[in-house]
Amino acid sequence: MSSNGDKPLLEVDGLVVRYPVTRGLVGAMTRQPKRSVHAVEGVTLTLQGGELLALVGESGCGKTTTAQAVLRLVDPESGSIRFEGRDITRLGTRELRPLRRQMQLVYQDPYESLDPRLRVRATVEEPLLIHGLGGSKTERAERVRQALIKAELSPPELFLDRYPHELSGGQRQRVAIAAGLVLDPRLLVADEPVSMLDVSVRAGVLGLLDGLRREGLGVLMITHDLSTAARFADRIAVMYLGRIVEEGPAREIVDNPQHPYTRALLSVVPRRDPRDRLRPQILRGETPDAVHIPAGCRFHPRCPIAIEDCKRIDPKLERPAAGRTPTHRAACIRV
Amino acid sequence: MSLLEIQDLHVWFDLEHGGELHAVQGVSLSVDPGERLGLVGESGCGKTTTALAAMGLLPPNASAAGRIMLDGEDILAGGEETIRPHRWVDLAIVFQGAMNALNPVRTVGSQIVEAIELHGRAKGPAARTQTGELLESVGIPAKRAERFPHELSGGMRQRAAIAMALSCNPKVLIADEPTTALDVMVQAQILELLDALCRDFGLALILVTHDLPVVAQLCDLGAVMYAGEIVERATVDALYHSPGHPYTRLLFAATPDLGSNGEVVSIPGAPPRLDHELRGCPFQPRCDRAFGPCTTIHPLLKSIGAGHAAACHLNDLPAIAAP
Repeated sequence: MSSNGDKPLLEVDGLVVRYPVTRGLVGAMTRQPKRSVHAVEGVTLTLQGGELLALVGESGCGKTTTAQAVLRLVDPESGSIRFEGRDITRLGTRELRPLRRQMQLVYQDPYESLDPRLRVRATVEEPLLIHGLGGSKTERAERVRQALIKAELSPPELFLDRYPHELSGGQRQRVAIAAGLVLDPRLLVADEPVSMLDVSVRAGVLGLLDGLRREGLGVLMITHDLSTAARFADRIAVMYLGRIVEEGPAREIVDNPQHPYTRALLSVVPRRDPRDRLRPQILRGETPDAVHIPAGCRFHPRCPIAIEDCKRIDPKLERPAAGRTPTHRAACIRV
Repeated sequence: MSLLEIQDLHVWFDLEHGGELHAVQGVSLSVDPGERLGLVGESGCGKTTTALAAMGLLPPNASAAGRIMLDGEDILAGGEETIRPHRWVDLAIVFQGAMNALNPVRTVGSQIVEAIELHGRAKGPAARTQTGELLESVGIPAKRAERFPHELSGGMRQRAAIAMALSCNPKVLIADEPTTALDVMVQAQILELLDALCRDFGLALILVTHDLPVVAQLCDLGAVMYAGEIVERATVDALYHSPGHPYTRLLFAATPDLGSNGEVVSIPGAPPRLDHELRGCPFQPRCDRAFGPCTTIHPLLKSIGAGHAAACHLNDLPAIAAP
């Protein structure tokens, strides 16, 4: 397993990712100031092996960019990313290659992520060929079989020679997961892994991720669905405009939310029991764009409990007074 | 007589390589003014096809049979001839991708003005005033009429699409996955808007969605579709608390919920293909309570209580311990 037994699998510290906004020719000639999208603005998180962390937030909050930076698919402007204790923030392509197989990504849409011309066997074998792993042809075939079994596609013989179009959405997503697992990764990043799937099969795929986590895999799940996060994650981190505004054990975040944004978000999640009618606390307006981030607390323009100080003070993630667990943190001066 | 009654609707699609797909198999449902009906099911169950048939918007390779009664008049009987006078005027539809409903190269306002003028509701300045009022009524400041669709956020575009659907003051609004592509906070805003339209203006709403919790929160009544049929129809309260069909119960059990810590279980298997005649109950291969007659006899939608109907042989058994 890990060579650094007691180190967290993943440590992200003060991560900042910005994308330049194109000014256009006219903009450049008239010397408009250079602008950038502040996609991620100081995200700090840790993930242990055997843990499932859900990064939750609305579109544009920076959750996907955070995941991409962790996988070193985009370059951070500042901050650091440590994987099994090793700083990988500035590693070059060549040094990254052996690490890539330790960190695998599962995409949202299994209808798009699988090559329609490849049989399941070839799709799952491909990562081994790319990384030059798996030894002989027979050994590779065995690893493909094992990966399919791990992804609960068994017996594998039933699936090896099928094409994606012959599979259901849930089976496709399992094939995509198998193609990640064949490399024996330590970290799996799952970006909205079930949002394209039918309700009746979602639980199965989430249960699979849950099982892999129990076997020691670290899972970073990006999702906009709080109900899913509440049920399947160990910890939840809520993002708003590039920041984590609240973080803690999943049940604590759901039952005892402290940040006003988390509270509002939870209040609008529809419940399946019609008698459990919501008293939604609907935030007016929309999330400001990440080019023009409000001063002070970035949530203050929409916050129902903001005071004058919130316009000046950029709150840090700290243990809230009413927090019930030591690892619960919220970024709000009012709690 | 209800405002809109779909009676024994069937839709077939001609397949490219011959054969046909029986997408909707005898669907009956009705809505009254101010009522909110959720039409729920997984992809391919026929819910969107049902909605398109009611609007007379099926693609050319589809054929429909049955009756669509609007205020007592069968608007399906004469095809396009009988549907056209009612489309957008009495019956309107909003789709999931609001971007597709709006023309990207024209301002939002001009598109609504055109819809109003085309149906002869008003002209020129009067149509523009009406457009402003419509936009305000869905929560868009009237001055944003001058914006192009891409200048609006996803939530605002969906509101604009709703405003356009409401431009001729329809009696029935069909909303097909209106919030599926939206964030949860924006979804809440749109659901609040739909709720207000039904409550304040007596609009009848048919909400087509795969999202049970949305139906549970917004709708009065729910109809659950499976393999082209309605397998259960009841108040949303009865659907959740005393489901009369195993599929309804299992679908709720597969849906994670913030309020409960219970197990979330997926339903094994997949829905049947609809390009051949099915024998027995279409849900039988995935059902956890299938027994003798389920493999051979097709269960019919039968009343099992006041305002509650289900298509399941279990309801014919003498009352034994329910699970």
